[in-house]
Amino acid sequence: MDALDGNAIGGLLHEVFGTEMTAAIGTCANCGRVAPVAETLVYLQAPGTVMRCRRCFAVLMVVVRHADMKCIDLLGMAALEPATP
Amino acid sequence: MAGTAVRERLTWRVATVGAMIDETATVRTIELDIPDWMSHRAGQHLDIRLTAEDGYVAERSYSIASTPDEPVAITVERLVDGEVSPYLTEDLRAGDEIEVRGPIGGYFVWPWQDPASPLLLVAGGSGVVPFRSILRHRSDIGNTTPTRLLYSARSLPDVIYRAELDATSDGVQVSYTLTRQQPPGWTGHSGRVNDALLHEVAWPLEQRPLAYICGPTAFVESVAAALVGLGYPGDRVKTERFGGA
Amino acid sequence: MSPISRGFHGRHRDTTADTDRVPPGQYVTTDFPVLSAGPTPHTPLDNWSFSIKQGRDTLKSWSWPELQALPVEDVTVDISCVTHWTKLDTRWQGVSIDTLLSQVEQDARYVLAFCDGGYTTNLPIADVTSGQAWVAFGYDGQPLPAEHGGPARLLVPHLYFWKSAKWVRGLELLAADEPGFWERYGYHNYGDPWREQRYASD
Repeated sequence: MDALDGNAIGGLLHEVFGTEMTAAIGTCANCGRVAPVAETLVYLQAPGTVMRCRRCFAVLMVVVRHADMKCIDLLGMAALEPATP
Repeated sequence: MAGTAVRERLTWRVATVGAMIDETATVRTIELDIPDWMSHRAGQHLDIRLTAEDGYVAERSYSIASTPDEPVAITVERLVDGEVSPYLTEDLRAGDEIEVRGPIGGYFVWPWQDPASPLLLVAGGSGVVPFRSILRHRSDIGNTTPTRLLYSARSLPDVIYRAELDATSDGVQVSYTLTRQQPPGWTGHSGRVNDALLHEVAWPLEQRPLAYICGPTAFVESVAAALVGLGYPGDRVKTERFGGA
Repeated sequence: MSPISRGFHGRHRDTTADTDRVPPGQYVTTDFPVLSAGPTPHTPLDNWSFSIKQGRDTLKSWSWPELQALPVEDVTVDISCVTHWTKLDTRWQGVSIDTLLSQVEQDARYVLAFCDGGYTTNLPIADVTSGQAWVAFGYDGQPLPAEHGGPARLLVPHLYFWKSAKWVRGLELLAADEPGFWERYGYHNYGDPWREQRYASD
């Protein structure tokens, strides 16, 4: 199954962060690549949603949903900046 | 200038299905009446959530086909092995209720305040949906940005919004490439989008064009790589990948 | 409270079949869904090996031909994914982990399976021995497809299928338990489908 991109989890991220995130700029903690969240590699299948760096494939973010809870791990992001308007 | 931050709290709302239009044999446009809908921007999408009687839940995202000034509509393609798309394109009836969340997205939207940069829109199959919103909105507001749409479809009957796209004018050039079957006397392009075809439609780089690519993952990656190969800077190529089912 | 979507069923789910065989909260599928947390690796068989490691040491390693030369078992098992699907009577061909572990001297209590692409999952050694686990490289009589973990995956059918690590390249022997990929993100450390151990809080 082909990976999608950060656009596909725009709704999930908006819910988790309380704001639109697809245009937010992420920095990969592994290789330093700087890119909009929309351009990351996203694997949408449960057990959880995995976002990876398009360049080095390192895990940037993982979201696991359990009942009404969403657990988000951002350790793979060195930085995550909202888009400048 | 409008920011990309959407400040509304994003919650699931119950929408009522309105009119439905069969665009092609496998594609249907569905109007949704969504209470308290915050006006969207052309290019954005919404999420749909369906709940079966036994509690099974399925969620999908669909690009919004309508402009901010029209009733909200999505266009859905029925996928052969689909779980949600057959339901939406065959079983759904006017008056049904489905949950929606949106509008979503601040990246794959057209910053129409930047009229100097010509626009290249490259669509694969149902990837044309967000571009329909963009083209309609452009026309509604009288924007004159030079725009080209290159639309790749399997065959002419698979082209969504054909009448509307053929009628666009006013600085918009639409070209099609049919990948599997062409009608007799076809004068458009045939075969998959390739470097040569993109070279034809790509705007001169010195005009600082902005490209949007939407469609299945493989299509988007191939076209994005080709545009970057033609010299488009990475940050002037925006991508939105669709998945299956 | 979400409204029921009139007439929506989703994929065919049989929740009533043979309830003795179907763990709680699962439905039976005839598909074989592909779930991935990352890109499908494509390691050429010439470069492939399966290793048993302990700390920095490789205790033993088998190349692809060496693995194939070991006794191969044909097993038919039911598998259950934490995403609620269960598939009955799946046929696999592979080498028992007992066979592999018998060739090293060890007294580890836990293992951490490691894979191409970086995926890991942890298991008590008691759960990968005594005929409960295999390195599987055949599915339904055919070479295991890459999307399902080929050339070889771990097969531990008595636990949720995230423990049956795809693209497995070896086992690290551990004295103390260490959570793997999904375990670190909130999934249950052990994962028994019969006790519905899906999440860490279960």
